[in-house]
Amino acid sequence: MNVSMDLDRRFREAAVRAGLLDAGYDVVESPVGPLLVAASDRGLLQISYDPAPEHSLERIVRIAGPRVLRAPAAIAETRRELDEYFSGRRREFDLTLDLRGTTPFTELVLSELALVPYGRTSTYAELAARSGRPKAARAVGMIMNRNPIPIVLPCHRIVGSSGSLVGYGGGIEVKEQLLRLEGALL
Amino acid sequence: MMQAMAIPPFEEFYVAYRDEVLRALRRKLDRERAEDAFQETFLRALRAYGRLRHGDHLRAWVLTIAANVAIDTLRRSGRSEPTAEPPEQPHEDGLPAYQELSELTDRLPPKERAAVVLRYGYDLGYDEIAAALGSSPDAARQAASAGVRRLRTGRER
Repeated sequence: MNVSMDLDRRFREAAVRAGLLDAGYDVVESPVGPLLVAASDRGLLQISYDPAPEHSLERIVRIAGPRVLRAPAAIAETRRELDEYFSGRRREFDLTLDLRGTTPFTELVLSELALVPYGRTSTYAELAARSGRPKAARAVGMIMNRNPIPIVLPCHRIVGSSGSLVGYGGGIEVKEQLLRLEGALL
Repeated sequence: MMQAMAIPPFEEFYVAYRDEVLRALRRKLDRERAEDAFQETFLRALRAYGRLRHGDHLRAWVLTIAANVAIDTLRRSGRSEPTAEPPEQPHEDGLPAYQELSELTDRLPPKERAAVVLRYGYDLGYDEIAAALGSSPDAARQAASAGVRRLRTGRER
């Protein structure tokens, strides 16, 4: 006798309601492919282009703790805002972020990144300068590459000084697709 | 000395044992009450999970929680006192650790038996045992020492 889908869903909801999770996650379908989205009680913890939980859970457990459960209710608000973003109805995210596990410089760079507006691009060098380390363009590139919360923290808006797209954690086609969605590319 | 198992994400633990836990509960409870007890079992496990010190014996641990939730359920519904049953089937990796203890503790009251088996069979801390019994760490400690005292004096309940 196996656990029915209904019983399984009820337990997962009860776990969120009881506030017992270190983090909850679910897979969100999107025009750029399935995304693994995880949130703790402190805020949005991770968006991953690789939806296989076994590839993401280790980081989530290390940062938030072992009580990690697939639980759609835990990421409902993020799912709603992502859906709105992808359908062109949202230009800014209104989500609290959980940036535990990042270094102070990374956090500073990511907070500057968050200020790059919808539909615009900036460069690695500009972002380095605004983070107070004008020579750290390469380090900023690494930080973009390891951005734990892409899309919401818009590393797709950061391009090379020549205007080339350079690279993207989710693949260069996804970067192009996001910039096109925002009208930054024709 | 074998290295202790790392604690897996709760998701992995839950998916690994949910069907077995439900089966164990259905052997003692009707469907509706088994489903309530299922939720209660994994909520209790979740409450204690952050305090686990290692990932050993998680199957025995959760089945013991389930056995105790079933006892509480039956007691609430006014049935006569059932016996506490730590998990019966041997684990894939060999004989259950509690086997000898299990025979020794056969005649202890359910809570005391569970506390003794979890403490001395599985080397769990009182926090974890408390979650399994749905009681406080102090009560778990008292149940274990009462059980041991009872074994020492050879008294049955």
